[in-house]
Amino acid sequence: MSATVAVRRSARSARLPSVGLVLAVVILGALPFVLFSSTTDALVNLFILVTLASMWNLLAGFAGLVSVGQQAYFGLGAYSVLVFAEQGVQAYLAIPLAALTAAVFAVPTSWLAFRLRGDYFAIGTWVIAEVYRLVTTRIDSLGGASGKSLTTLSGIDPVVRQALTYWVALAVALLSVLGCYLLLRSRLGLTLMAVRDEETAANAVGINVPRAKRWVYLISAAGCGAAGGVLLVASLSVNPQAVYSVQWSAYMIFIVVIGGIGYIEGPLVGAVVFFVLQQTLADYGTYYLILLGLLGIAAAIWLPRGLWGLVADRTRTTLFPIGYHLDRSGQRRE
Amino acid sequence: MEWTNAVIQGVLLGGLYALFATGLSIMFGVMRIVNLAHGDLAVVASFLALSMVSGTGLPLWFVVCVTAPLFAVLGYLTQRVLLQRSMRAGPMSTLVATFGLSIVIQNVLLEKYSADTRTLDAGSFATGSFTIGEISIPYLGLVTFLLAVVVIVAIQLFLSRTGLGRMMRASSDDQDTAALVGGDSRHIYGIATAIAFGTVALAGMMMAMRSSFDPATGPSRLLFAFEAVVIGGLGSLWGTLLGGMVLGLTQSIGAQIDPALTILGGHLVFLAVLAFRPQGLLPGQTA
Repeated sequence: MSATVAVRRSARSARLPSVGLVLAVVILGALPFVLFSSTTDALVNLFILVTLASMWNLLAGFAGLVSVGQQAYFGLGAYSVLVFAEQGVQAYLAIPLAALTAAVFAVPTSWLAFRLRGDYFAIGTWVIAEVYRLVTTRIDSLGGASGKSLTTLSGIDPVVRQALTYWVALAVALLSVLGCYLLLRSRLGLTLMAVRDEETAANAVGINVPRAKRWVYLISAAGCGAAGGVLLVASLSVNPQAVYSVQWSAYMIFIVVIGGIGYIEGPLVGAVVFFVLQQTLADYGTYYLILLGLLGIAAAIWLPRGLWGLVADRTRTTLFPIGYHLDRSGQRRE
Repeated sequence: MEWTNAVIQGVLLGGLYALFATGLSIMFGVMRIVNLAHGDLAVVASFLALSMVSGTGLPLWFVVCVTAPLFAVLGYLTQRVLLQRSMRAGPMSTLVATFGLSIVIQNVLLEKYSADTRTLDAGSFATGSFTIGEISIPYLGLVTFLLAVVVIVAIQLFLSRTGLGRMMRASSDDQDTAALVGGDSRHIYGIATAIAFGTVALAGMMMAMRSSFDPATGPSRLLFAFEAVVIGGLGSLWGTLLGGMVLGLTQSIGAQIDPALTILGGHLVFLAVLAFRPQGLLPGQTA
């Protein structure tokens, strides 16, 4: 008699955290009704960081594409919302269009960037982001180097506007986290993990490695574009120096590395750590960045799988089951 | 005549970019490390030189002669203490660690020196020039260019003629086999990083004499160095020198057309090389 083994996506222990996750989302969604806008404004920044970090995690943690140039799509997203709004599109509704625009620009960009391998890809994408910044600076209708303000939202009552912005930011962050989750459970996700674990072998079994990577690159660009759009509706103005800054890459990378690269939970944990650090050290100038850099170095050397890696090892818990779980209890369940 | 001068300026500037790029090229060639803090190290060296000149009153040339070897020692230690550990954790760890170093350096400099722009004052040496016919050649540019060529030739000779240099190339080709024949990879990597830090410090200080710097200048220095390496072709120091000159020339000619095109022009040439000749102009095999 052969042992019957059930293969499922998640262990039963994953059910409780999932309920907690849904509860957390409900509570976060209700916050604008109970809290002052100063708190929700800070949370909008957190949601932007979660979005960016999830996108970078997808790129680096699952497709092995370590980019230092995702700020190109972040900036592109912010400017796209500005342009669409000026053409008469409602600014909030322009955010999906901004995501699409970023993905469209990512197609020719990937042709160039994918010529560089490994570490050189990192600086190459950085140069490309600089090109985006310098070209934006030269377009006078976008306000040149001094940037431009978004004026089409000024008709909305500030309290309503802030609440709407908060919900949009939350929705974009949720969509990117859930998007990563669903993507990684799909055929593409399986492909990616095969490529990540053994690229040559994946190639040998007929996986089109460049195509899988390109898809992830486009999706990540779209997510960063949406995050840029959220930044614009939150801050109501944009300038090339700030929005195309490599600092956004620093945030993405260190959040993911501290939180746990290659786990969907990693960017969430890392973003909260970063957020707490930023809020507590807000009065001490740039010291939070120094600390962030040091933590990033420490995590890279001593904790390559980040904080969530520790949690996952100790408790075998996962909020987003993307692997398979063997259940040898004897009964086959579907 | 303006154009001729722009070309000469560009070629001389290219030598400086090549000096910047040498360390990046060597660290990648020997250890497969891309040091994202490369440009920031140049800025640290400039600030250190500035403090030493104003603190002790020693002449600038002496300070430069002290700082560059000091950075070489610092490089050896950084490799042994920090980078060696991160290399064991995987290639992405090294990239993240050096990026972390870059962020830490920039913000520590910002806290200590503020965001003001500075220059290293080299007096008449920095501004003077001599003329041949109608062509004017700046002393600083020429000296920097010659210095870059001497350093690159010296490194090339070191790699091809000395035992340690040969072991470095062997280690770059196959670390395990090099270890079998007695190459201590940690020491070799330390020496490679020492060369990288020493040359980038020298390049940083020479650059700081001709144009201003502030704590956030590092990344642009890094990108120029990187572009010189890629334009020239990975793994060849001669290629790097050529790449530096192409980059310098493009920037200088771009500036002649429109000052706003200086940096963008360089980036575009880099992208063009990437698109049409991704192996670079002079791809090579050594280190």
